[in-house]
Amino acid sequence: MAELMLVIVGAALVNNFVLVQFLGLCPFMGASRRVEGALGMGLATGLVLTTASGISYLVDSLLLIPLELEYLRLLAFILVIGAAVQLTEQMTRKLSPLLHRVLGLYIPLIASNCAVLGVALLNSTANRSLIAALFYGAGAAVGFGLVLALLAGLRERAEGADVPKPFQGHAIAFITAGIMSLAFLGFTGFVRL
Amino acid sequence: MLEYTPDRRPTGGLRLPAHKEASVAQPIARGFVPRTLILALQQHQGPATTPVVSPGDRVLKGQVVARARALRSAAVHASTSGHVRTIEDRLVPSVHAVHRTRCIVIDTDGKDEPLPPGKGARWPQDPERQLKRIRDGGIVGLGGGVFPTAEKLGAHTPCKALIINGVECEPYISCDDVLMREEAEGIIDGALIMRDILSAPECIVAIERDKPQAIEAILEAGRASGDASLKLADIPTIYPTGGERQLVEMLTGEEVPSTHYPSEIGYICQNVGTAFALHRLVRAGQPLLSRIVTVAGDGVARPQNVDTPIGTPIGELIEFCGGYRGEVDRLILGGSMMGYALPNDEMPITKGGNCIIVAARSEVRQDFSERYCIRCGNCGTACPARLLPQELLRAARSDDHEMLDEFGLTDCIECGCCDVICPSQIPLTEVFRNAKFAHARYQRQHVFSAETQQRYRRHQERQRADARRGKDLQDNLRHEVETDEAARQRAIEAAIKRARQRRSHDADQD
Amino acid sequence: MLIGTVVLAGLALGLCAVLVLTDRLLPAGKDPVTDRIESLLPRIQCAQCGYAGCRPYARAIAAGEADINRCPPGGEETVRQLAELLGREAVALDTTLGSANMNRVARIDEHNCIGCNRCVPVCPVDAIVGVQQTIHAVIAAHCTGCELCLAHCPVDCIDLVARDA
Repeated sequence: MAELMLVIVGAALVNNFVLVQFLGLCPFMGASRRVEGALGMGLATGLVLTTASGISYLVDSLLLIPLELEYLRLLAFILVIGAAVQLTEQMTRKLSPLLHRVLGLYIPLIASNCAVLGVALLNSTANRSLIAALFYGAGAAVGFGLVLALLAGLRERAEGADVPKPFQGHAIAFITAGIMSLAFLGFTGFVRL
Repeated sequence: MLEYTPDRRPTGGLRLPAHKEASVAQPIARGFVPRTLILALQQHQGPATTPVVSPGDRVLKGQVVARARALRSAAVHASTSGHVRTIEDRLVPSVHAVHRTRCIVIDTDGKDEPLPPGKGARWPQDPERQLKRIRDGGIVGLGGGVFPTAEKLGAHTPCKALIINGVECEPYISCDDVLMREEAEGIIDGALIMRDILSAPECIVAIERDKPQAIEAILEAGRASGDASLKLADIPTIYPTGGERQLVEMLTGEEVPSTHYPSEIGYICQNVGTAFALHRLVRAGQPLLSRIVTVAGDGVARPQNVDTPIGTPIGELIEFCGGYRGEVDRLILGGSMMGYALPNDEMPITKGGNCIIVAARSEVRQDFSERYCIRCGNCGTACPARLLPQELLRAARSDDHEMLDEFGLTDCIECGCCDVICPSQIPLTEVFRNAKFAHARYQRQHVFSAETQQRYRRHQERQRADARRGKDLQDNLRHEVETDEAARQRAIEAAIKRARQRRSHDADQD
Repeated sequence: MLIGTVVLAGLALGLCAVLVLTDRLLPAGKDPVTDRIESLLPRIQCAQCGYAGCRPYARAIAAGEADINRCPPGGEETVRQLAELLGREAVALDTTLGSANMNRVARIDEHNCIGCNRCVPVCPVDAIVGVQQTIHAVIAAHCTGCELCLAHCPVDCIDLVARDA
């Protein structure tokens, strides 16, 4: 149990996928303009991450490894991720059309989110159990959602602030993200993974 | 009379330098009669009064010059004898700003001749008539809010406690302090009269701790009255504990909702000046003719408190106090926190005029440059209404009305604490005052749009119903015609038969 | 090689089957987007956006057919709120569409009204009162300034005046 908690904390904070490993920056910058949208995006990505990491782990351990098809790992994982994204899009469209409208293009783009593929591949190389793999995916999702919400909150405040003209818009957002990244470096050594 | 210190501490607020030493150093100056009187027909919150005199009339001191009809109003009287010069529109200070209103202008004759002692109508027993007398006596709240006392004392919610407000927390103002020192018995008498009208179980006189002589005088008068329900609450010297809502919360623990008056939750607050005016009305039959005004500031020769006839032009009042001294920056009506600057000194002291600050250049801050908000949070700590001015500023500046609602802009009492404490000199009170106007407009529009949508839906339903009814009507008509056709034919045949019978009968007759 | 192709193809087909199943099984959602959009519009039904009323315009925005800057009475404020709701950029108001404005109300000149009753059914909020052959009047508190009645008066006796006058 303690090991699983460490897995989550490690994936969410210490090795945060966005701020420490610099994966998944596209939806991070694109969906962080409003806290409401950011939380929705975090949820959607979380769903994809968890299901994709679970199913890709199963595909890997039940199909690819026994049949010695490790070289097809990348292709298979992309297939699984694509399906997971499509599933998530269906669910958002049916359950919250407003969120679907707000996230717009960014839901299908989760498929190309390197964080998702990263989680799937890291799971297979790290030889975890199924439960650990799922927790790892969940932890990554929590971390992603967390930093997305944080950046969205900061960007909302930056809108009302007096930002110099050359820095307005995305520039100040990137600088803020960079400072957040520095802050997250403080977690180094917190958990040995 | 029981003296006690309330255990609840005030929230927020500031300790401010009082600047009251100069004006309380001497007793109230009495007997001042100005050369002109400018009496506004509306110097209270409520509908304006109607004049009952005309230009050229001679009026005596205490004579009614304008009558009030509603209870939420108050009559206006001639503060001294003279002749009515004219009735015209003039600029007159009101609670928050200067406004143009109809005024009766009187040239005084210096004789200060009162009305002849009349039949001396006794103070009635019937509460309805008592309230009408209060209205006709011109009594309004003299703490600055000028709310008609008749309406307040006629409140329908049963009164849990009467609070007499002698706190006077704003710097520079000292008129209530000196009134309490010199007329404590009158104030207690007035308070007890109010207590009787309201049938209030409790009466608390609240005085700020920095007024020891006033506390002493009130205690003595309270003990002499022999009334056991009187209490004196000793209030810490923090601005703005004298605000009605803050005082109620501190003394009773109940928070007054921002959409309601304290009277609606059973607490009536009256200023000590109002209590004294009521005492004079009931015991001497004298309506509201004068009030104590503090004249303060380094720009006036002799700062003091003056028993000023209502309608005295401010310039004459300052003249009475020795005139201007040195370089005067501005004239402020009210205290240094909630007062406002006047455009000239020709305006009159109205019933709500409690203080004139003749501010010398050295007393006024000259640097108004605004800097960036540094997120220090002092404003939130200082706010007596427990708001977050930092967030409200952000919402106000980005016109985010939903956020303004969420953070409670309408609860702001415009006390100025956040404004004064802000290290970046951001004019917070001004921003909030302006935002309130825009916000009210937004709310009205929001409600209007929702109602419009309802009306449109009903309009559509009505059209559909009309269309259906029109179709039904046509169907019914067709149906009646068909059945009637058969019946109609029978009726026609019967009529023809009757006609034939009559004709043959007549023919037989002939 | 063959096994690899078979496995991948099988995986793809399997996943497709799952997706088709979930699509069939999940209930179709309601569309609160249109309601949310409509609640941000002034709802005075002036039709200056080119649609027959505020709800049709809201539906068009929801379907992506109409841009968010077509409401003159809503003004820039409404464009901004719609942009925020939908996560889009705010565009400038299209000023070529009309001038309907909630700060103005219609007023019938009673000297010229002939009681033809043509204006009454046109008002979307029933703000005009009057029957045939009587002088008609506008209830200013209900009038939204949508300007729909102006064109229908045969003697041109309806004017727009400031709301607070």
